[in-house]
Amino acid sequence: MELVNIFIKAVFIENMALVFFLGMCSFLAVSKKVETANGLGMAVVFVLLITTPLNNLISNYFLKEGALSWLLGAERAAGIDLTFLAFIAYIATIAATVQLVEMTIDKFSPALYASLGVFLPLIAVNCAILGSSLFMDLKELTLTQSAAYGVGNGVGFWLAIVALAAIREKLKYSNVPPALRGLGITFMITGLMAMAFTIFGGIQI
Amino acid sequence: MDKQTKKILVDPLHVTNPITIQVLGICSALAVTTQLKPAIVMSLALTFVLVCSNTLISLLRNKIPGSIRIITQLAIIASLVIVADQILRAYAFDVARQLSVFVGLIITNCIVMGRAEAFAMGNPPGKAALDGFANSMGYSLILITVAFFRELLGSGKLMGHTVLERTMDGGWYAPNGLMVLSPGAFFLIGIFIWIQRSATPALNEEA
Repeated sequence: MELVNIFIKAVFIENMALVFFLGMCSFLAVSKKVETANGLGMAVVFVLLITTPLNNLISNYFLKEGALSWLLGAERAAGIDLTFLAFIAYIATIAATVQLVEMTIDKFSPALYASLGVFLPLIAVNCAILGSSLFMDLKELTLTQSAAYGVGNGVGFWLAIVALAAIREKLKYSNVPPALRGLGITFMITGLMAMAFTIFGGIQI
Repeated sequence: MDKQTKKILVDPLHVTNPITIQVLGICSALAVTTQLKPAIVMSLALTFVLVCSNTLISLLRNKIPGSIRIITQLAIIASLVIVADQILRAYAFDVARQLSVFVGLIITNCIVMGRAEAFAMGNPPGKAALDGFANSMGYSLILITVAFFRELLGSGKLMGHTVLERTMDGGWYAPNGLMVLSPGAFFLIGIFIWIQRSATPALNEEA
């Protein structure tokens, strides 16, 4: 039950894109068509499912104070605190995972690879991915919790980007003031969506 | 100052502004702007990282193999961000805590990667440093303006000092709660883009 709560909280109440503004660049750039938005959304869910628990392991077994005790013995590991290396360790994990995922998908499911193709490498620099790992650190989640949290963040992002893409597809037929066309109106719409999502803000689970 | 240098320095403030035109680095622009102080600190941190990363990557540009350039750039940027983060924690702990994960997220701030890829990989260090500086100024300009309006309208304060006396403290100003919440940031940037493009119609997008 606890895992379900973490998942729902990550999807709706603490939505990555609309509440924390993470992954905004790809959120705004890749939301012109529902189909591509869907592809990116799925890729993000997939990568988050792997990287968030992986970074949790790295944090717990390498970086935290005394975490190296399995390697050096409790006494010698006690004074070693490598948490300042978290950024570089996390981003290396993410970049490597993205590369691995890309190769695996290419080998086993060329159809999926063709549909995700261009978006996979982009994900390495999507702040939603690194943000998820950093928030996971702040919240001090366990391994299974971090997996639920990662998937929740991914699904939240997926939901938001597909919804935005659907609105933008319909928007083609409306008469938007010239200066607002493109980026401007997209910001306004995202604002309205974010407003709708603040409804979830007060819910306690 | 010759024409080209001037172009590198001035363009990012307006016609190639990283946030409103290139659509880079939006995440932090929205997230750290509820108050003026964190926005200023964030701008300084980004300026430091961007100028250093552009210079370093430009120095190494002929040595970095094309196939692994992304991860090389990430390693350089991540190291610089660690330095910035440690400095902030040592000298401005309160603000560092307020910024929480967003200092770390400078790594994936698309401005840094974007400028490394688009400019530093193909230009000498001097120009790359200038480009980095100019782009961080364009970023800071938007960040500080947004933060100014959000803090002023959202809580009637500037840099933590009361400017508009709030009704709840016995004054006349009823704070606009929307500005503090996330939608307010989206609307403000949307409005800035609207104003900027109305003033310079050449920047308008098709459809």
